[in-house]
Amino acid sequence: MALSESEPREPRGSHELHGPYASHEPYDVAVIGAGSAGLAGAVTAAELGLSVALVDSSTQVGGQFYRTPEPVLGAVRPEALHHDWAAFAGLRTRQRATSGITHLAGHHVWTVARQGDDLWAVHAVTGADGAGERPVCVRARAILIATGAYERQLPFPGWTLPGVVGAGGAQAMLKSGLVLPGRRVVVAGSGPLLLAVASSLAAAGARIPAVVEATGYLRYARHGRALATNPHKLLEAVVHGSALLRHRVPLRTRSAVTEVHGDERVEAVTVSRLDAEWRPVPGTGRRIACDALAVGHGLAPQIDLAVGLGCATRATADGASALVLDRLQETSVPGVWAAGETGGVGGAQLARTEGELAAYAVAARLGRRTPSIQSAHVARLRRRRDRMRSFADAMAQAHAPGPGWPEWLAEDTDVCRCEEVTAGTIREAVADLGARDARTVKLLTRAGMGWCQGRMCGAAVACLAAGADGEVEPPAERRPFAVPVPLGTLAGLEPGEPVEPVEPVGSPVSQEPPEKPAGPDR
Amino acid sequence: MLTRDSADVIVIGAGVVGAACAYYAARSGLRVTVLDRGPVAGGTTGAGEGNLLVSDKEPGPELDLALLSTRLWQDLAEELPPEIEYEAKGGLVVASHEEGTAALRDFAAAQHKAGVTAEEIPADRLHDLEPHLAPGLAGGVHYPQDAQVMPALAAAHLLRAAGARVRLRLGEEVTGLLTGGSGEIQGVRTNSGPVHAPYVVNAAGTWGGEVARLAGVELPVLPRRGFVLVTEPLPRVVRRKVYAADYVADVASGSAALQTSAVVEGTPAGPVLIGASRERVGFDRTLSVEVLRRLAAQATALFPVLAGVRVMRTYPGFRPYLPDHLPAIGADPRVPGLLHACGHEGAGIGLAPATGLIVAQALAGREPPLDVGPFRPERFASGG
Repeated sequence: MALSESEPREPRGSHELHGPYASHEPYDVAVIGAGSAGLAGAVTAAELGLSVALVDSSTQVGGQFYRTPEPVLGAVRPEALHHDWAAFAGLRTRQRATSGITHLAGHHVWTVARQGDDLWAVHAVTGADGAGERPVCVRARAILIATGAYERQLPFPGWTLPGVVGAGGAQAMLKSGLVLPGRRVVVAGSGPLLLAVASSLAAAGARIPAVVEATGYLRYARHGRALATNPHKLLEAVVHGSALLRHRVPLRTRSAVTEVHGDERVEAVTVSRLDAEWRPVPGTGRRIACDALAVGHGLAPQIDLAVGLGCATRATADGASALVLDRLQETSVPGVWAAGETGGVGGAQLARTEGELAAYAVAARLGRRTPSIQSAHVARLRRRRDRMRSFADAMAQAHAPGPGWPEWLAEDTDVCRCEEVTAGTIREAVADLGARDARTVKLLTRAGMGWCQGRMCGAAVACLAAGADGEVEPPAERRPFAVPVPLGTLAGLEPGEPVEPVEPVGSPVSQEPPEKPAGPDR
Repeated sequence: MLTRDSADVIVIGAGVVGAACAYYAARSGLRVTVLDRGPVAGGTTGAGEGNLLVSDKEPGPELDLALLSTRLWQDLAEELPPEIEYEAKGGLVVASHEEGTAALRDFAAAQHKAGVTAEEIPADRLHDLEPHLAPGLAGGVHYPQDAQVMPALAAAHLLRAAGARVRLRLGEEVTGLLTGGSGEIQGVRTNSGPVHAPYVVNAAGTWGGEVARLAGVELPVLPRRGFVLVTEPLPRVVRRKVYAADYVADVASGSAALQTSAVVEGTPAGPVLIGASRERVGFDRTLSVEVLRRLAAQATALFPVLAGVRVMRTYPGFRPYLPDHLPAIGADPRVPGLLHACGHEGAGIGLAPATGLIVAQALAGREPPLDVGPFRPERFASGG
């Protein structure tokens, strides 16, 4: 199958494109996502002599973490808002030095499909938000999934009010648009990201009346070994901590924002103490005036493309789904590798290590430089990966949502904000209508059927579906369309041969009589 | 005495067919235990579009069953809450060329004799019914009896409306059947212990063959995969259930066969549903890009306005089909006390109430509401 029937137009933001992108088809490896993991994987693979398609939805490489402000903003020091910018700059330099990478910017991948024994088809749409100006199909002998993570939210009364933003989203806005979500910003939720967000916002001039963390940091102490072997992570925490001290930002642990107040937008929040299971302690609510709330409960691996391919998943210590990976980053589906947050959230440095490791593994599988996976360098990468993974697991465990958090919810709190499904409706589906899992809750209430495909409410619905004493199954992250695709774009795909005859079509009906004519479901 | 582990009848399967069996059995005074290894509507019911169609059925036993179901669904729409989204929206079958229109007309005339309401729509009136239809179609037939329901909610509310006589036990998988000295049914064994009842109804849908095997009988139910496409929510651009139909010569049988496209329809919640494909690929859930392309091509050929509309989701379902494409309904003479209610292929939502009613009548020892001969479960047995 060719890329597309007409000569491809050069996609937006593709100044790094080397010639028409059909020329390398099929590529040795298609890397999906150009964040830390994907960029490291692509650069390493190209340096090992592989032809690489680096497919990414953004116009610039860097992913969610490394964001270059839009050129019109004239930012002179984007590194001021990032730690570890040098590592990213190094990857960019290596990327420019190699000719083996075809960077397909502005390409939104909606599915990856097997095309024979050793070939994969990456289907993408181009255009702003994947509005689908044109379908693109990139073929490759191996796939490296580096699609990162998305921010996890737990709902509470008032969370849909304007002025409530994701913590990671607030930081991203600051890095790429140099804008603040408000002047007095409460930062709340759980996870190591909160301190980084608060110190960035404070450094950029926002007042931070409180950082509200649901966990007690004492829980870190249980993982002393993982902490001790990752000194750079401790250093990071010290840097953020001292920045917060400098800006006199109070930190409230074992607390949560349990309600947002305001008519048109955020005017104040109520912060309550939590017990060990994250139940609000009655009578502890304190009102804090603010004009914005940046809230988040860590990150969840963005693995829908891999799940669609049938890759096995595991539950992470904080109740999300991540890909099961072998010691060289390969998923349970041979020929498909993954790196970075998709294997469990662990940060940019881990992502770079895994991307590099995966590139060596792909090169070895494709018969290039086979001895290199036995090399001392790869052994070092693996040790570094293992050390950082154990730290990431410890963090996930420390920040796992307590089972009592649904007590924050009022019956009329929207859990799924796309479809406006309340906590009460979901509880009714579980108690009275026979829903026992998130999928059935979705069928019976429409929770998770909206534009975000359950990315916003998935974690919450999974908890509510399990009921009071049931075991929580992490969200399945099953989204056959990783991004929405226009019908006209689908209809315009190049016809392919299905593995089995498909009906209905205009072809004769019967392959094996007696066969009923094709028809609608009745 | 009703204890936790006994009932008058056990229904295996909490899909729409099992729910309808439980509903009508409970209404006739029986105490019913519904068992399912998963949640309510966890199988094919949860993957269906909710079509209640007479338009596609030629005169015969399946059409009779569908006509009875059509009446029963109208009654249920009164009794069950509006959440089941019952809509008597009607169907519109269109033909792209003149020969197709003639064939469609003959087909509708035969259906009319069997009790179907069908109105021929000339080409110049098609857009009165569906303003966004493609130009240049040759004509069509309007079927006001075609209707729609939200299948998962319909199943859930059927079970709830049956009241205290129905006990729902979810997450319990049937691992064996309990039989007495002369082979008669005495209940089932599940992963959490025995449940006793003199009757067991196999409403396990696509997995009905496995349940039959537990009882030691053969029922050749096989899966037939279908994908449904779901778009972003829209204002109503498609009012009815719309599909294209043309006749082509079926070489194998020497008769004419109706070839239809995917059904395109709007829903009360906004999304347009496009479904469904048909493939025999076992229980493979892997997405087929080629299938999606064909569904999208058929839908945009009927409604060009949909070309710019985005698809949000797709999901596969596995229709339970039997070799002669008719369901198995009623008592199995090979195992006293065992009844079947499965194998409805793509028509299970539509045919559920009539199926449930037949099963309830059989349990009560009453005459069936129609001739159930063509649905005999033992009809596939060798020599039978």
